[in-house]
Amino acid sequence: MANKDENNSQFNSSEKDATEKEHSIHMFRQMLKIRKFEENVNQLYTSAKMPGLSHLSIGQEAVAVGVCEALRNDDYITSTHRGHGHCLAKGAATNLMFAELLGKASGYCRGKGGSMHIADQDSGNLGANAIVGGSAGIATGAALSAKMRGTDQVSVCFFGDGALGQGIIYEVMNMASLWSLPVIYVCENNLYTEYTHYTETTAGDITARAKAFHIHAEEIEGQDVRQVLSTSGKLVQRARSGQGPSFLLCNTYRYFGHHVGDINRAYYRTKDEENDWKTNRDPLIIFSNWMTSSGLLNQSDLDQVESEVQTEIEDAVQFALDAPYPKPEEVKKHVYA
Amino acid sequence: MSMPESSERIITFSQAVNEALAEEMRREKTVFIIGEDVAEAGTPFKVLSGLVEEFGTERVLDSPISESGFTGIGVGAAMTGMRPVVDIMFGDFMTITMDQIVNQAAKIHYMSGGKLKVPMVVRTNLGASRRSGAQHSQSLHVWLSHIPGLKVVLPSTPYDAKGLLKTAIRDDNPVVIFEDKMMFQDKGNVPEDDYTIPFGVADIKKEGTDITLIGTSSMVQIALEAADLLAEKDISAEVIDPRTVMPLDKKTLIESAIKTSRVIVIDEGYDSYGVTAEIASVIAEGAFYHLEAPVKRIGAMDVPIPFSPVLEDLTVPNAGMVVEMAKTLCAAA
Repeated sequence: MANKDENNSQFNSSEKDATEKEHSIHMFRQMLKIRKFEENVNQLYTSAKMPGLSHLSIGQEAVAVGVCEALRNDDYITSTHRGHGHCLAKGAATNLMFAELLGKASGYCRGKGGSMHIADQDSGNLGANAIVGGSAGIATGAALSAKMRGTDQVSVCFFGDGALGQGIIYEVMNMASLWSLPVIYVCENNLYTEYTHYTETTAGDITARAKAFHIHAEEIEGQDVRQVLSTSGKLVQRARSGQGPSFLLCNTYRYFGHHVGDINRAYYRTKDEENDWKTNRDPLIIFSNWMTSSGLLNQSDLDQVESEVQTEIEDAVQFALDAPYPKPEEVKKHVYA
Repeated sequence: MSMPESSERIITFSQAVNEALAEEMRREKTVFIIGEDVAEAGTPFKVLSGLVEEFGTERVLDSPISESGFTGIGVGAAMTGMRPVVDIMFGDFMTITMDQIVNQAAKIHYMSGGKLKVPMVVRTNLGASRRSGAQHSQSLHVWLSHIPGLKVVLPSTPYDAKGLLKTAIRDDNPVVIFEDKMMFQDKGNVPEDDYTIPFGVADIKKEGTDITLIGTSSMVQIALEAADLLAEKDISAEVIDPRTVMPLDKKTLIESAIKTSRVIVIDEGYDSYGVTAEIASVIAEGAFYHLEAPVKRIGAMDVPIPFSPVLEDLTVPNAGMVVEMAKTLCAAA
């Protein structure tokens, strides 16, 4: 992962351009990796090669990448049931993730976590969570821990609009504010609390909830990775320098259903709405258009990245398909440390 | 009893808990306490009095009344290098922490394939008889005992309270300790030394030959009282305290059952589906051909705990109930 705290002033303009180009390619690669990863999850799932449930984050790539690019490797995140993007953006490897999703022994959690429980301690990912809002305490506790241990680590709690209905979010925001903890609550509002529009489940104003606790809150266009990165960078810096928690509302959209099996969505949203987001507010299109129009990259650069990511994902899927399942004796391991 | 005879020092159960926490906090900088009114107030039971003066508000954190929230914060802190002791003021409030303990703390080590650990202690209490009504009197330890990944500890003496708590703090797993709030002023010998008591090792509190009385927490005292009364009737009762119900020292319990051939299990959880049921089943399986009578259970009456003292007292196991049941079992031989 690139060093986000780098002070670019030392570079002359061509070096600066080179660095910006490199970082832009990196972010584009990360977003594309998530997109292709999820497309392959969909494929694996619908061809009955992947067991269980799967919740795709296609459409929300810019939030995961923009936020995680503002973090260091030793910063923490907690994630959600729609967490593949967060996990990849924080630095996980595609092959070990696919292996975990298929329940294989070489997966990140030896096949015992699965899609909704992937954790990767080495990249600071304290875990996806299948309880909506369930990780808010963990993220806040990691921030308390960082403060107590005297490190300058920052903790990010990803959650969706659905978690706004869970009480624990407000309990821990209260404590984070009281104790000035280095935690950022990133609310991904993808408009749907499972199969229900969030306005039917969420009264009042979302950022006002955080402001009521005197938590610094911002609302941004979550489809624009540059905006997500710059705002996240500011909030991370605040947290790292002891200025306390913040709340980042990212407006985004989930292209697929609540889970892979949620195909017929007409009863809760229109095809026109979906097509509008896919056409006019797609995070990959927005970012690649910016890169090409600003002259940073040309189409062949993007094609090159695309082909590299495609190869990586194909290899990763094959790695996971070929990987062995856990042995039966694994079932009783790790109940206790 | 496993108590060393060298150092005689009589202190209360409450002081023993306090001493265990202070010693561990001195020994290990990552240990901290979080909960409602734990700092200057030292909890309503005053068990933590003096700790904030020594360790400061950075390590003895008064929280809002948010059991779910600060238990979750404990989980996150434990996953990232700290050893929190989460204080849940009444055992009844464990209901509010359930997602954080059952779905998060208990499962994180397993779900992460052994990568993440949650070395967290939850200190709470159990037991009726304080005229506190149905929401401040329950003994809900079996809820946690049912969940793989958790350890559940039930100290019955000041000596055990100190040694078991120290073991809990040093354990790399989530451990829930239930102390009976009626025992805080009980006195006993507690060495000043640093000692720990291993989990999963039952303590034979009194040896006997005719019947085994297995008691947990304050029910150990009820069993000992019953044993004294039974001795007057020439019935020799053995009293065993499992000390931890998860892990459970099945071997010691079964061996005693084989020796005496009769068993009563006494625990203050509700009568049905309780710790008593599990222990009775363990003995039925392990000592079946040696039993002279069915394994019997005594728990709290299956009713919400009533407020009126005359009613509340009917719901809690007492020595008289144990004696009557023991006499029946022994007469049946």
